[in-house]
Formats: sequence, C-alpha cells, structure tokens
Amino acid sequence: MKGLLESLIRGLGNGSVYALLALGFVIIYKATRVISFAQPALMLAGAVAVSYLAEVTGFYAAVLLSALLIAGVALAIERIAIRPMVGRPVFVVAIITLGIDVVVRVVVNAFIGRDVRQMGDPWGFTQVSLGPLVVQSRWLAMLVVTAVLVGLLFAFFRFTKYGLAMRAAAFDQEIALAQGVSVGMVFALSWGLAGFLAAIAGMFVGTGQGIEQLTWVVALKALPAIIVGGLDSLGGAVVGGLVVGVVESLFQSYQGEFAPWLGQNVAVVSPYIVMLIVLLVRPYGLFGTREVERV
Amino acid sequence: MTETRSAAAQAAPDIPTGRSRKVRGRPLLYTSYAQDMALLDTRAKRVSTGVLVVLAFALAVLLQDRSLEVLAGAYVLAIGAIGLNIVTGYAGQVSLGHAFFVAIGAYTAAALSGPVDGERLGYGVAEIWLWLPAAGLVAAAAGVLVAPLATRLRGLYLAVVTLGLVFLGEHVFKEWQELTGGPGVGREAAIPQLFGVRLDQDGPLGTKEQTLYVLMLVLLIVFAVAARNLARSRIGRAFAAIRDRDIAAAVIGVPLTRNKVLAFGISSFYAGCAGGLLYTISGYVEPGSFSLLMSVQFIAMVLIGGVATVSGAIAGALFISLLQPLTRSLPSLVPFVSGDTTQTPNVFQVETVLYGLLIVLFLIFEPRGLFGLWIRIRNYWKSWPFSY
Repeated sequence: MKGLLESLIRGLGNGSVYALLALGFVIIYKATRVISFAQPALMLAGAVAVSYLAEVTGFYAAVLLSALLIAGVALAIERIAIRPMVGRPVFVVAIITLGIDVVVRVVVNAFIGRDVRQMGDPWGFTQVSLGPLVVQSRWLAMLVVTAVLVGLLFAFFRFTKYGLAMRAAAFDQEIALAQGVSVGMVFALSWGLAGFLAAIAGMFVGTGQGIEQLTWVVALKALPAIIVGGLDSLGGAVVGGLVVGVVESLFQSYQGEFAPWLGQNVAVVSPYIVMLIVLLVRPYGLFGTREVERV
Repeated sequence: MTETRSAAAQAAPDIPTGRSRKVRGRPLLYTSYAQDMALLDTRAKRVSTGVLVVLAFALAVLLQDRSLEVLAGAYVLAIGAIGLNIVTGYAGQVSLGHAFFVAIGAYTAAALSGPVDGERLGYGVAEIWLWLPAAGLVAAAAGVLVAPLATRLRGLYLAVVTLGLVFLGEHVFKEWQELTGGPGVGREAAIPQLFGVRLDQDGPLGTKEQTLYVLMLVLLIVFAVAARNLARSRIGRAFAAIRDRDIAAAVIGVPLTRNKVLAFGISSFYAGCAGGLLYTISGYVEPGSFSLLMSVQFIAMVLIGGVATVSGAIAGALFISLLQPLTRSLPSLVPFVSGDTTQTPNVFQVETVLYGLLIVLFLIFEPRGLFGLWIRIRNYWKSWPFSY
C-alpha cells in the first residue's frame, strides 16, 4: 500500500509535467487547428536555457528568464514559418512544425554536447516524508507548480480580455474576426504560451537526472496525453497528462512483478498502449468534442 | 432543350472508345478515353522515359561501385516512398508509422532467409522471390490490422496514433532479441539469392554492387509501374475521392472502410518489400534504425518529391539519399564544417538541419515539390517566348 501510494505520487508528479506539455499542444491546437510537433524542441531548448542561465542568475530567475526566452523563440517560429501557412491544409502545417522541430533540436543539441547537463535545481533527488510515505521533493514541486500554473491559465482564459479573444477565435475564427478579434494575435499568443509552458516542463524534466540529447523523447509522451484527454479540451489535457504519468509510474513499479513477459522498459511505451485502448472506445478522447462535418 | 439532348444521345455511339490514331502535331488532342488515361500519354513522355530507363541501366557499367551502392539504396527507399505516397498522397491518410511497416518487412525477410541453426531466428529460405513477397504480405497484414483504427480516426488523430505505432514497434523490436539481436547488436539481413545465385556477392553477373543495383532498379520499375496503374484504376480514383472529401466520397458510393483498409494494406506491402531489400545492401539490421527519424525521412521524400505522384516519390528518394554523400563531402569544401561528430558544426548536424529546412522551405514555397518545379520549368518552355 505504501509502495502503491508512493508510485502514485511519482506518477502524479511526472504526469503534471506531461500535463504542462499537453496544455501547450492543446492551446496551439485550439487556436490554429494544428498539432505542433515543435514542442519537444522547445521543451529541450527551455531546459538547456535554464541550465546555462542558472549559473549566472540563480535558479529561480533562470527559470523565469528562459521561459520568457523560449516564449520569444516560439513567437518567432510562429511569425516566420506558421503565419504564412494560414489557410493551407493542417497536415502541411503539422509537417512544417516537424521540420522545425528537427532543425531547432540540432541547434539545441550543439549546446548540450555529449554530456548530461544539470539544471542547478534545489530539489535534486532529495526526499521528504509525508507521514509514512517517503517521496522525492521534486515530484511535489512539479505538482504544486503545475497546479498554480494551470489555475493561472484557466483564470486567464476565463477572466481576461485576451483569454476571451482566444476562446472566441477557438470557437469560430471568422466570427471572432468580425467582432474585432485579431486572430493573428491569438495565433502568436497561443504559440507564446505553449513555448512558456514547454520551457517550464523542460526544466522539471531535467531536475534530478539532468538533460541529454535524447531527453526530447519525453515530450512526445504528451501526445498520448492529449489524445486520451481529447485534442481540443484544456481540462482533458491536464487529466490526460496525469493519467499518462500515473500509468507509466504503475508500470514502472509493478510490470516487472506481474507481467515480466512484456520485456524491460514497457513503462516507456505504456502511454501509447493506453492511448490505443482509449481510442478504440472513444475516437475523440475522453473530453474531446465530436467532430461534426457537413458535406 | 430535349431535342439537343436526344441528338447528343444519338451522336454518342460515334464517339470512339477504343485506341485511335493521334492527330499529328497535336500531342494534347485526345480522341479516346484510353488515350487520355494512357500511362505515357505523349510522345515526349514515351521518349524521355525510355531514355531514362536505358540510362539507369547503363549506369550499372558506367559508375563506380560506391556510387552504385548509394543509388541502389536510393531505389529501395523510392519503393518505400511510393508506398507512403499511396496511403498519404493518393488516399490522404496521414501516416507517421511507415518505419514500423518497413521494420516488419525487414525482419520477416531477415528471419526467413537467415540460417536455420544460426544465432538468431532463421528458416533458411534465401530465394528472393519467396521472401520478398512474404515480407510484403506480412507488413500488409500488419497494415490491415492497424487500418480499423484509421477508419475511425481522422487527420491529426491518425498522425499521432501512427506515431505511437513507431514507438511500440521500436520497443518490441528492441526487446525481441531472438529475432532482432537487440539494440546495438543487430542481426544479419536478408540474403538475396535468385535460383541459387547469391546476388550480394561478386559473381558471373558482375560485382556485388552491380548485381544489387540492377536488381533494385528492376524491382523499382515493377513497383513504380504497378503504383501508376493502381492510381489510374477504379481504386486509385476512389482513393483520390476519399482524400479530397471523405464524406462526399461516401455519399457517391465509395466504400470508405474498404478503401482505407486497402490503402493501408498496399502501402504497407510496399514498405515491407522496401524493408526486406533495404538491408541486403549493408547486410546488417539494427532495431534502433526504425525510429521516428526514418518515418520523417520517408515523409520528407514524399513532400520534397511531390505528393501523389510516383515520379515525384522517386525523385524525392533520390534527392534525400544523395544528400547524405553530398554533406559527407562538405568538410573538404567548406572549412568550418567538421567531419568529426564531437565538434560543432559537423556534417551530421548539417544533414539533419537540411532535412528539416528542406521540408519547411518546400512546403512554404513549392508545395508540389520537385515535381512542381519540373512542371514550372516545362510550362515555361512550352509557352516560350511568352510568359503565359
């Protein structure tokens, strides 16, 4: 029981990082109807920026600075490569983001080099005890920070002018345009937000074990998360991220004991198994809106 | 109104339906349906295709073995790219999972032709005409199994699911060491043997590279012609209808599920055959090579070459495969690019950046790819000296 609860908390911690990444995917999807495959590169770039800036400015300032920096990078990508493609098929734009991901990652990898880069974070692998449970403090940090960010984000969408504009544009771009919403601004804002969230997620991915060139694969776990939650549901992204994190953590703890025939490291691909099962039952995810098309 | 209609109906039997003579000097005047649908509909196309094929065969004697090896690999990749083009270009179903089907073909072929009592799984069937169709069919079966998901999903949901397939496949192939040898170790690839003659060794037919080159060229021509014929058949038109608007296609009586399953099956067959052949050149398969990067490379070939064109897929595959030896020769030309992987910028970084940049630039500036560039050049000369 103690072990189960501990792996649940680990799952929720990692899951909240996936939730941050998934939110980025969903925000871009809602605004532009495109899945941005550039998120892994932005995440990695964020982590690298933190690892360099932390030596200069201290950890917390570095996190804020790099999140803003990556938001700026995302804005630039949107302006240069995505905006000219407005009105083209979504598949084409998605593939463009795939191309951007490859390019940005090569540049970022050059900054990482061969070794593992440490974040300089205050958590490391330190543990705290919650009553009888012993958990790593970084999982709690992930949970708390994600909860705060998600709260702020939902408040932003609910109560601010720009949030309203983004909701309007997500609902119907043309009508929003007719009401005076600058849809271009909404596109830019969505990419900026996604870049911001990806950088924070990258920092958390790097806590403890640090980052290396292969770390980008972690960001792809947000894809099962958004599919499970439904592509166009912000709440779904959070739930999907947490589900993916918990499933992965449970696989890590118990698969070797109960299903050793699956081989090692099944935990790595377990999110995709969950995704396939959910899709067989609900083709639009748990909270996604069913696509209604007219001929 | 009714009179003209009945007059037209009476005139209808006079429209020639069979193959009829072309009018001299009017290459674009078609007088029958068969002419309009012909594979090579103008004399210029017939001549240039013939010249290209003869030239391609002549290269086997003209080029050095190292270049032949690169080209043979490019031809195999072209078969795979044509396969991806069938499902993504013609039928419009986005697939990021092509590497998975290539892997299935590669391992089916390797296991079938491997030595029976060897270190890895093997059945000792080295005849290429046995293991090549088998590799294709097993991959096609996997494609058909995946297709029910595809028929329920649309657009980007499908892209993400096929992406998941690559990761699941990578995991299975890394863990199934009896078949694949495991990551970093790998196993020997399929052995191409035709009626007892090993094609991957120097023999009476020429050097190893020459025989493999001719083998791949012949297979590419067979697969390319088959794909062209598929595209202009009823099935091809059904695919195009589904791509353009699937609901409208269903309304006019195109069975969606059957055609989507078919598209995935055929595409996976091509991928499986390409997978079986691809590693005969190096003689070695490593399970880590079937990653997302391979899928992206195939997508790059299709997009850079030209979506929904067979010649485009071939051009794209040649382009991408020739990019590698070109970038490898960069350090001798450009002093600041290093051939050493520990330094920055090195050739591998340049190569990867080029993949990404080329995809982005082609999609922004010439969405029809190399094929579109060719059309532009052709139209320029067609109407020369006028600009339109």
